[in-house]
Amino acid sequence: MSKTRRLMCLAAATSALALAAAACGAPEEEESRGEVPAEAEDCANYEQYGSFDGETVSILGSIRDAEADEMVEAWSFFEECTGITIDYEGSGEFESDMKVRVDGGNAPDIALFPQPGLMENFADDLVPASDEVNSLATEGWSEDWLQYGTIDDTFYAPPNSGNAKSFIWYSPSFFADAGYEVPATWDELISLSDQIAADGVMPWCVGFESGGATGWPGTDWIEDIVLREGTDLYDQWVNHEIPFNDPQIVAAIEKAGEVLLNEDYIYGGTDTISSTPFQEGGYAILDGECAMHRQASFYGAMWPGGTTVAEDGDVFAFRFPESNEGDNTMLVGGEFVAAFNDSEAVEATRQFLASELYHNTRLQTGPWSTAHQGVDPANATTPINEFATEILTDPAVTVRFDGSDLMPGEVGASSFWTGMVQWVDGEKTSEQVADDIENSWPN
Amino acid sequence: MSVKTEPEAVSTIGESRGERIRRLLSSRLASAFAVGIALIWTIPTAGLFISSLRPEDDIRATGWWTFFGDPSFTLETYNYVLYSTSQGGGLIRNLINTVVITIPGVIIPVTFAALAAYALSWIQFKGRNLLYIGIFTLQVVPLQMALIPLLSFFSKGLAIGPLTLMPAWQLTGVQTIVQVWIAHSIFGLPLAIYLLHNFMRELPTDVMEAARIDGASHSQIFRKVVLPLVTPALASIGIFQFLWVWNDFLVGRTFGGGEATRPLTAVLGDMAGTWGFGWTRLPAAAFVAIIVPLLVFLLLQRYFVRGLLAGSVKG
Repeated sequence: MSKTRRLMCLAAATSALALAAAACGAPEEEESRGEVPAEAEDCANYEQYGSFDGETVSILGSIRDAEADEMVEAWSFFEECTGITIDYEGSGEFESDMKVRVDGGNAPDIALFPQPGLMENFADDLVPASDEVNSLATEGWSEDWLQYGTIDDTFYAPPNSGNAKSFIWYSPSFFADAGYEVPATWDELISLSDQIAADGVMPWCVGFESGGATGWPGTDWIEDIVLREGTDLYDQWVNHEIPFNDPQIVAAIEKAGEVLLNEDYIYGGTDTISSTPFQEGGYAILDGECAMHRQASFYGAMWPGGTTVAEDGDVFAFRFPESNEGDNTMLVGGEFVAAFNDSEAVEATRQFLASELYHNTRLQTGPWSTAHQGVDPANATTPINEFATEILTDPAVTVRFDGSDLMPGEVGASSFWTGMVQWVDGEKTSEQVADDIENSWPN
Repeated sequence: MSVKTEPEAVSTIGESRGERIRRLLSSRLASAFAVGIALIWTIPTAGLFISSLRPEDDIRATGWWTFFGDPSFTLETYNYVLYSTSQGGGLIRNLINTVVITIPGVIIPVTFAALAAYALSWIQFKGRNLLYIGIFTLQVVPLQMALIPLLSFFSKGLAIGPLTLMPAWQLTGVQTIVQVWIAHSIFGLPLAIYLLHNFMRELPTDVMEAARIDGASHSQIFRKVVLPLVTPALASIGIFQFLWVWNDFLVGRTFGGGEATRPLTAVLGDMAGTWGFGWTRLPAAAFVAIIVPLLVFLLLQRYFVRGLLAGSVKG
C-alpha cells in the first residue's frame, strides 16, 4: 500500500467513525430524577450570598455519576443567581488526587472529604469555618456530627450528605408471609436467623467483593457490633486508645462470626462471601433465596431496575438491632465540606452548602439523605432515604462515624479490609486477624 | 508446495544460523502456533467488544459468550458514554481533550528531540558527551517522583528565599492544558533524544562532510540532509510518544485543571459511579478509548517494529 493510500485509509476510517457517532445523537435523559423545588428557583433566596461576576469555585469530591448530576442540579440556581460558576470534579482516586494537588500547591477551592481522618492530614492548608458557617453548622447538625468536622478544637467542615449505615435489608412481604417479626435486639436477630434457617431459607446474604477495597462491608459489620457494645468502647477503639486486639474487640469479631462464619446462615456458603460483589450481594432476597442483607442506606439505589424499595414493596431495611437495652445508635457515613481558599466566592459557596436551602433542595433532586436538622424528611425522593433522613435528623439517636474512615489509612483502608477477607475465608481466626491489624497500626 | 519444501530441506546443510531460525519460525507448525496464540490473546478484546454492544441488563446477568446463543445488541451504551450530558458520560468532550493534549504532546518533544539529537551527534562543542550522558541518565528518574515538584513549579512558581525567580503561572481551567503539554514534553524528551541520537549517529560522515564542503550551515544540513534521512525514525518515535500520551492517566490528571482538560483515561474509571454500579458502561467506554491507538497501530505497524529495534542492533 502506498503512503497516500494509507493516509486516506486512516482518514476514511476516522471520518466513518465520527459520522456513525454523530448519527446517534444525544441520548435521552434518565427519568426517576427529582426536581429542584420552586422555592429554590427564586433568586430572592440567594441574595444574601451576594453577587459575583464570572468567579469560579472548583470543588473536588468522590461523588460521581448520577449522584454528582443530582448534586450539581441542587446548586444550579445558586450558580445562576450569584454568578458563581462551580466547577465540580468527581474523582474515583480522591485520596491520592488530594495529596498530589495539595502538595503541588494546586488544591481545589473546596473538597468534599468522605473521610474525616483524611481531612486531618490537610489541616495546615484548610481554611477554618467563618463565624457564619460556624453558626449555620451549629444550627444544622448535632454535636456528634460537628466533632467530625473539627480538628484540634477548630471547626473546619460542616457535613454534606449523611448515610445511615446500620441497616439490614429484607423483603417485607417475605417476612409478612412467614410471620417473621423485625428483630429489635441482637438475640432476637440470631433467633430469627435460626428460625428462618429451620424453615429452609438461608437467613443471610453477604458480599464483600469491591475491587481494590474488597472487605470493607466486613468492617461495617464489626463497627456496627462494637458500636452496640458501647459508644465509649467504640470511640476508644477508633481513636486507638485501646489496641485493636483488645479482648472486647476480639469478642465483637467473634460475635459477627456467629452470622458471617455460620455455614447454616450464609446463602451460597461462607466461602463465597469474599468473591460476591457487594453491589449484588443482596439480590437473592428478591428471589426469596435469602432473607437479610446488611448494607447502608445507599444500597437502595443498587437494586435491579423494577424493584420497589419501600416498606410495602419488594425490599426495605430495618435498623441494625441494639445489644444493650435503651441504646439508640446509628453508624453513619458522609462527606465534609472543607475549603482551601478564603475568597469571598468560596465563602459564599460554603455558606450555601451548609444552608437548609441546599440540603432541602438536594433532598429533592434525587435519592439522598442528610443529617441537617432543618430539612423535612418527607422531601426525600425515596422511602428508604426518608427513613434514613428521619433517623439522621433525630436528636435522640447517637451517631458515630464509620470507624474505618476515621482510622489511619494503613488500617482503615488496608489491613482492616484484608483482615476481614482472610477472616471470612477462614484463613485466620478472629484473634489472629485482630493481632495483624494491631501490628499494622502506624505509631 | 512439495516442490518448494524439497530444496529447503536440501539447503539445511549449508544454511547459516539466521536462516535456520527463519526456516523454523516460518514452518507451518510455528505459524499455526502463532495463530493460536494470537487468537487466545484476542479473546479478552473480543469479549470487551461484544460486551460493549450488549444491553445493560444482559451484561449484568450473563457473560459475553452467551451472546452467541442469544444475540441482542444495542448502540445505546455507546450513545450514552459518548454524548450523555451527565457526569457518567459525555466522553466526546474528553476524547477531544485527549486529541488536543496528544497532538502538541507529540509534536513538541519530537521536534525538540530531533534538534537536540542533531546537536549532540554532529555539532562539536565542549561537554557534549557529558551532556548526552546526563540526558541519557535522566531516563532513570521515575516520572512519579517529579510530579509534585513540577506541579508546585507551575502553581507556586520558583523562589529562593525571598527572591522570586519565576512567579506562579496562575493558569485556570482550560489554560492548564499548557502544563500538560509541557509535562508530557519533559517526560518524553530523554528517551526521544536518546533514540534519535542513535539514529543520527549512524548517518555516514561522508554525507555530512560533503554538505559542509558545499557550504551548508548546520540548519541547512539539519533540514535538507538529516531530516529526510531520519524520517522513519521520527515516525516510530512519534508513534511511541503518541501511544504514551494517549494512554497516559497520571500526567493529564495531575497537571490538568479539572473538567475542562481531563483526558479520556482519567474519566474512564470514574464512569462506573460512586459505588461502581455503572460498570456496564465501561466496555463501551474502553472501546472508545482504544479505537484510535488500535487504528494507529494497525496502519503504522511497520514503523513499530523499526522503533522496537532502534538502538538494539548496531550497524
